[in-house]
Amino acid sequence: MRIATGRSDTGNGSANRMPGPCGPSGRRGRTGPAWRAFGVLIQVLLAVARLGAQQWGGELRVCLHSEPRNLDPLLVEDEPSETVRYLTGGVLVRVNRATQQLEPELAISWKIENGGRTIAFRLREGLRFSDGTPFTAEDVAYTVGRLMDPALHSPTADTFRSGSGPVRTAVRGPHEIAVIFPEPVAGAARLFDQVAILSHQSPQRPGAVLGPFRVVEHKPGSYLLLGRNPNYWKTANGRRLPYLDAVRLQIVQSREMEALRLRQGQIQAISTLDPDLFDEAPGARDIGPSPASELLWFNLKAGGAIPAYRRTWFASPDFRHAISLAIRRQDLCRVVYHGHASPGIGPVSPSNLFWFNRRLAPRGFDPVAARRLLESGGFRNSGGILLDRDGHPVEFSLITNSGNRSRERMAALIEQDLAALGIRLHIVALDFPSLIERISKTFQYEACLLGTSNVDLDPNGQMNVWLSSAANHQWNPEQPAPATPWEAAIDHLMRQQASNLDEHRRKALFDQVQQIVWDQEPFLYLVNRDALVAASPLLHNIQPSVLEPRLLWNVERLWLR
Amino acid sequence: MRRTAGSVLLAITALLFLSDCVAPHPYSEQFRETPRAGICRRFPLGTDDLGRDRLSRLLYGGRISLECAPAAAFVSSLLALTLALAGGYGGHWAGRLVGVAADLCLSLPWLFALLAARAALPLDAPAGATVLVTFGLLSLLGWAGPCRMLMAAVKVRRQSEFALAAHAAGCSGLRIAVVQILPNLIPLLWTQFLVTMPAFLLAEANLGLLGLGVPEPLPSIGGMLRDLADLPNVARHPLALAPAALLFVMVSCCQLLVSADEYHV
Repeated sequence: MRIATGRSDTGNGSANRMPGPCGPSGRRGRTGPAWRAFGVLIQVLLAVARLGAQQWGGELRVCLHSEPRNLDPLLVEDEPSETVRYLTGGVLVRVNRATQQLEPELAISWKIENGGRTIAFRLREGLRFSDGTPFTAEDVAYTVGRLMDPALHSPTADTFRSGSGPVRTAVRGPHEIAVIFPEPVAGAARLFDQVAILSHQSPQRPGAVLGPFRVVEHKPGSYLLLGRNPNYWKTANGRRLPYLDAVRLQIVQSREMEALRLRQGQIQAISTLDPDLFDEAPGARDIGPSPASELLWFNLKAGGAIPAYRRTWFASPDFRHAISLAIRRQDLCRVVYHGHASPGIGPVSPSNLFWFNRRLAPRGFDPVAARRLLESGGFRNSGGILLDRDGHPVEFSLITNSGNRSRERMAALIEQDLAALGIRLHIVALDFPSLIERISKTFQYEACLLGTSNVDLDPNGQMNVWLSSAANHQWNPEQPAPATPWEAAIDHLMRQQASNLDEHRRKALFDQVQQIVWDQEPFLYLVNRDALVAASPLLHNIQPSVLEPRLLWNVERLWLR
Repeated sequence: MRRTAGSVLLAITALLFLSDCVAPHPYSEQFRETPRAGICRRFPLGTDDLGRDRLSRLLYGGRISLECAPAAAFVSSLLALTLALAGGYGGHWAGRLVGVAADLCLSLPWLFALLAARAALPLDAPAGATVLVTFGLLSLLGWAGPCRMLMAAVKVRRQSEFALAAHAAGCSGLRIAVVQILPNLIPLLWTQFLVTMPAFLLAEANLGLLGLGVPEPLPSIGGMLRDLADLPNVARHPLALAPAALLFVMVSCCQLLVSADEYHV
């Protein structure tokens, strides 16, 4: 993964390093003591200038692509709300978006106890919420209690439910607390990256926050103004961070308008840039594969309105492999994404440094192998039309959501790729609600082209996809029992890894899941989109990450010139 | 002006209908090595995002629009005429019924009706069938406005001296409607046809912009107009505006024909 690093922050001391007394060795000419002293003086002046380079204050302006649905941090389920939660919420531990490692935040340390059923946190002392109320273990207990309240229906709570029983808390002291799960939870600490701690006694909750900013003004449909949290606990050079006074989140749905605003200097950063706009956006950067994938799958749901002979095609791994081999993924990346994508491999993007199975490789374009696989399955080509064993012409429909130009273009490329095999593809662009209705309720579709983004790095976040009983097991959801042996194997491996506390053992188990998915191809992974960002040269200290929020993850250390 | 507009429209129609001979490439052929190419001898209007020849797609897309929009306008006008005659000559209640139906039809959010119809279509319906359904629905929804005008005209002509004379001579209502009234409605009907046709051309363009018009890989003016959303690309390749220009010329010619017709009348 390529991660472009921004300018270094003098707060971490890197810029305080003085240059060595000697210039580059081997230079001849005027190297007398007077010149050396002059050189040292210049470098000292530059270093001093860098030391004081950060500017405090200013308002950072960025865009959200829709209105945040909920500003309650425990009820976040959409991307804009998640951004607001990230900028305002204080969490016990944080996944560093650059290193993808867990780092202490409000908790100084944590310890797994009781065979993985308990996680004990030691909290930072002397912290205060934005309204001045003190931060204690009671606040964590209150937050977890509210999060797990079934009446709240918090989407975040689903990841905490490891078994049939309540998640409890035990306050062990003013700054010590244990969270007790009914069953062992692997990677439990990571779950707390998404839990913004609420004050149990503040009358302003959930407005009282521990993050770098707090919501000051919200004009629905127009903007959200975040002001600095006067009690934020992180400091730099003896002053409380963040450097910025405010962040204005403007609600702009059109990505073209967003790029235009960046060009005109009305905003300073774009965290998700459209590939079509990359070349024109000032300060645009491609920071490598993102966790987002584009994929295609066939409907294998029993009882769906598909002729039986077509279901037989789709259920055949050889047929799926043949389709996969006939698609020119490199063309999808080059033509549709202007080169800002890489061929898809499997359930985990290469951007997920720890969990990605590096033994897997993208399926190449191999029409000869595709034809061979089809012939072995009884298919034959007659006058440029592929026929199955019973003489049915091979044709099927592919649905995707209308308005998404990248997907519509991909579908058009795939249509021509498959036409070379004699397969006729009907592309149907449906409005999003109709598409969701078909893939999740009526199952009246044959193949679907959609995208997915794994927000959670941990494979436990994908349980709702890989378990055969899960609702998001898209190709054949909510199975009473696994329909195939390989789905049963995935069920077994996913459950095993979820209850194992050894990270490396979990990795080995999840690698097997990825291998099975690669072998069986229930999902045909097409491309991994690159994370594209753009930032004004006025914005400093940016360290773009492929994980959300890409440019704002170190918002407390960003500053504007 | 009328002659000029008519000539231009005729020339465009002839060119579009000769697209099989004139188009340099098949409309769906993808030249993937040259996406978003500029003007060159091989691609006179450049290529689109998938490397397809813009000129070929414009010719075929324009032909689809010019085939379907007048057909839909014809069906719509015919429907309007039939209902106007029925409403105007069928007595008080028939007139009220047609009037209420027209009002209801005009208040229908037709975009949602089109969305629903598209969603209800079988997924493996051929692209041609989707085009037919889209324009068919446009023609079914477009009768109401012309019908109200035609019905008013029928009512006026029903009270005219020649109609009363025919009635006094013992002609039946149907005969008066068909033989006496209908020929007098032809100029108005032609005007309504000329008004409806560009409206349907624009409706297809709007649907295409939403991605709900003519399905890929069939080209359409609306589908090609979607490229204009990428403004920086338009700035680099101004010929991406060619579909908009063609649509503008076709709609303008129709409007000029109407204006000239009104002036002439």
